[in-house]
Amino acid sequence: MTTTLDRPGHSVRDHMTPSRYRISRTRQDTRDTFTVVLEPVDGPMLHYKAGQFTMLDAFGVGEVPISISGDPTRPGPLEHTIRDVGAVTHALIAAPRGAVLGVRGPYGTSWDVADGEGGDVVVVAGGIGLAPLRPALMEIVAHRERYGRVVLLYGARTPEDILFGDELRSWARDRGVVVEVTVDNGQHAWRGKVGLVTNLVPRAGFDPHATLALVCGPEVMMRSAAQALVARGVPGDRVRLSLERSMKCGVGLCGHCQIRELFACVDGPVLGYDRLAPLLSIREL
Amino acid sequence: MADDTRIMLPQGLDRLIEVLEGRGYAVVAPTVRTGAVSLAEVHGADDLPWGVGDEQEAGRYRLTERDDGKVFAQAAAAPGMKATLFPPDELIWRGRRSGSQFEVTDTGVDHVRPTAFLGVRGCDLRALAQHDRVLAGRAFPDARYVRRREGAFIAAVTCTDPGGTCFCTSMGGGPHPESDYDLALTELSDPHRFVVEVGTDLGAEVLAEVDTVPATADDEAAVTTAVAEATMRMGRTMDTDGLRDLLYAAAESPVWDDVGNRCLTCMNCTMVCPTCFCTTVQDVSVLGSADAERRRVWDSCFSEEFAHIHGGSLRTEVRSRYRQWLTHKLAAWQDQFDALGCVGCGRCITWCPVGIDLTAEVAKIRASAGIPVAGGMR
Amino acid sequence: MFDESLRSAAPPKLAVWKFASCDGCQLSLLNCEEELLAVAGAVSIAYFPEATRAQVEGPYDVSLVEGSVTTPEEIERIGQIREMSKVVVTLGACATAGGIQALRNFADVAEFRSVVYAHPEYLSTLARSTPISAHVSVDYELRGCPIDKGQLVELLGALVEHRTPRISTYSVCAECKRRGNTCVMVAHGTPCLGPVTQAGCGALCPAFERGCYGCFGPQNTPNTASLTDHLVRTGMPPQAAMRVYRTFNAASEPFRRESERQERAMAASGTGVKR
Repeated sequence: MTTTLDRPGHSVRDHMTPSRYRISRTRQDTRDTFTVVLEPVDGPMLHYKAGQFTMLDAFGVGEVPISISGDPTRPGPLEHTIRDVGAVTHALIAAPRGAVLGVRGPYGTSWDVADGEGGDVVVVAGGIGLAPLRPALMEIVAHRERYGRVVLLYGARTPEDILFGDELRSWARDRGVVVEVTVDNGQHAWRGKVGLVTNLVPRAGFDPHATLALVCGPEVMMRSAAQALVARGVPGDRVRLSLERSMKCGVGLCGHCQIRELFACVDGPVLGYDRLAPLLSIREL
Repeated sequence: MADDTRIMLPQGLDRLIEVLEGRGYAVVAPTVRTGAVSLAEVHGADDLPWGVGDEQEAGRYRLTERDDGKVFAQAAAAPGMKATLFPPDELIWRGRRSGSQFEVTDTGVDHVRPTAFLGVRGCDLRALAQHDRVLAGRAFPDARYVRRREGAFIAAVTCTDPGGTCFCTSMGGGPHPESDYDLALTELSDPHRFVVEVGTDLGAEVLAEVDTVPATADDEAAVTTAVAEATMRMGRTMDTDGLRDLLYAAAESPVWDDVGNRCLTCMNCTMVCPTCFCTTVQDVSVLGSADAERRRVWDSCFSEEFAHIHGGSLRTEVRSRYRQWLTHKLAAWQDQFDALGCVGCGRCITWCPVGIDLTAEVAKIRASAGIPVAGGMR
Repeated sequence: MFDESLRSAAPPKLAVWKFASCDGCQLSLLNCEEELLAVAGAVSIAYFPEATRAQVEGPYDVSLVEGSVTTPEEIERIGQIREMSKVVVTLGACATAGGIQALRNFADVAEFRSVVYAHPEYLSTLARSTPISAHVSVDYELRGCPIDKGQLVELLGALVEHRTPRISTYSVCAECKRRGNTCVMVAHGTPCLGPVTQAGCGALCPAFERGCYGCFGPQNTPNTASLTDHLVRTGMPPQAAMRVYRTFNAASEPFRRESERQERAMAASGTGVKR
């Protein structure tokens, strides 16, 4: 008896080589955070879902995963909001207008904000964690009538670190979004709240039994925010977190981002707290 | 065994290598290199380990002399097929800059010379099946692996002489190659001959160019006996019953602290493991040149850097890294790929410089969970 | 809005400094022959006594520092160098860990001095040989005795390109296995410090069937105790197991701790400590 050996498929696409994008604009958001706007050199505009990320490549310097921060409802230039924390992020924000960067993706799961239609949405963001949530908020305000109360709880280090300030004001003023901002360190001029963003959860105005909660920020903040949301009665599967892990490929091949059985890059980065709670409770998993 | 099973005499191996090279393959087979049998390129039967045996124990490997002159009578080779199909260091892309512009000029995908493997064992074939699943069977296949894999020819062998660290039978395998081969050879003595089973049309085509005669019922019975004897000679065992839940529940077990005190975090186990697939990328720019390239190299969950995010490593403690490796291999792999990530080849036990034995560690975790079950060294 | 220094036209100004050392690491820079031509184009070498007499005043973008600190004057000098350098890189085991001369840290320097020198009174020396990082902050370390020239070229290239240099902090074993070497410890029974030593040499000694003797110093998380216990269990005399850590990186914290642990174990077992 002879058979044909089941050799894996032929000439598959190479997912590790980036496509070229050109910087059309770089906007300074805060002292250390910039939004880089990109357009494809060859090929169409990228379609993506709120919460997805790309692997951004400063050629010759390196590649890092960065969440897309632009508007998913209006296909246009690709936006990433990047904090200057290392050699690659520095090269990305310092590249001049017209420079070519590499893009792979979009990758990963989305916030799936449409799941919140017909109910309330509470968004909890810490620091740069607001950037991956911006597309979700943009999607919600684009279809504002489909949602009940929409609450954004946002914690920044200092008043100078507050991202997208104009947008936050316009969402609050024109789009019926309740925006509550708190800072870790308030200076004399700051008359707003001071303290942890998670402390805002218990008194925020939403119906826990008809709410979709989206959380992004440092892991310790996400954990306590999720606990506070669950304590108010939001079911674990209605609380979604976006995880940060080391990623070298973005497509489930390099192995770095694993959390037990999950690949943060393909099973996440957005995952339900019902699934994450037992994993995040184990130290150094 | 099928009608097309043939008998090849020892001198047939030279012809087999010649036929494969003639078809454009690089032939990779067991060969003695600096005191160990390794899989590496050979150019004739003289390069094969005739009369060489091996002793493998935890943290110890020695070559031995055999008086029966057998050629494939060793346990798993030091580097297996992984180093060929999934190289330790490979090009992802090469590109050229001018000012702030950039163009990729080469992705390395097209420079693949087809490989014919000769003398690989059942454990390696089962590891290959895992790599096929991980690297080629998901939404984002690894193009470079797929190119190498689809061009590969496989002449497997029955593992007639398993070593002291072998436990493939515990992991659902056995000494006899079951599938995924073009040809499968079983080496027999008195007289010295190879029973050759044909797995594919390509295998039959290649074998047709080598002198063989039909196998007899006695030959086939001898294969059955050799396999049965080898099955009884596994140096180690592992009880895999309920392993996934056992390891998930044991996340805070003191066994991790104990093994963490012995583990060197040297990465040898992950480098020799035929299923480990973790890699990192390295950007290389050459001083004074407009060229830059990105390379992919084997990485390991045993390094602190591996789980590094802005703010520090997520696994600073050795216990956490060993737990990650073992739990991934034996438990999380089942959720991810619907199989065990360990094939029982024993390499991680043999090549651990201080002889840490995963079968013993699993047995300790079972014991500490209050389930007295056999496992470890026989 | 952009960091203009990234695109400044002038090549980085580089200086090479020598402290207590054998000059071997500086020679590695000179040995870069072909690469040095590219280095010379990409950086401007402002001060390098081994290569040129030309001297350009500081400040410098990059200072490569060879050697350890062994005299009071050197403490002052390294402080000055730090002040006029944007980036300080230590070259080799002496600068990074104190070098072979740090063996004095385990002994009585006054005694050495009186035995070796005819007129010890002319000598001004410190009781201990210390790494550069004991005195000033260090941005990058190149390990080894001597350094690996590939790593040096990589570091310079990375500094010019403003990327993170590829200086892995894991073990030699990773490089050894990637290179396809047979493990000398497991297959030959040759003692090897590869598992506790930082990569970067390309597993040079094991590639020639020699055990690693740790000239790149400790890896990021070295389990020296486990390795030493194994070496002793498999036949190495305790005295030798202590001495394997007393070489070029004897004063690095993990190797120092391990050799002293071995000494205590010998004292406790009555094996005695012979120097």
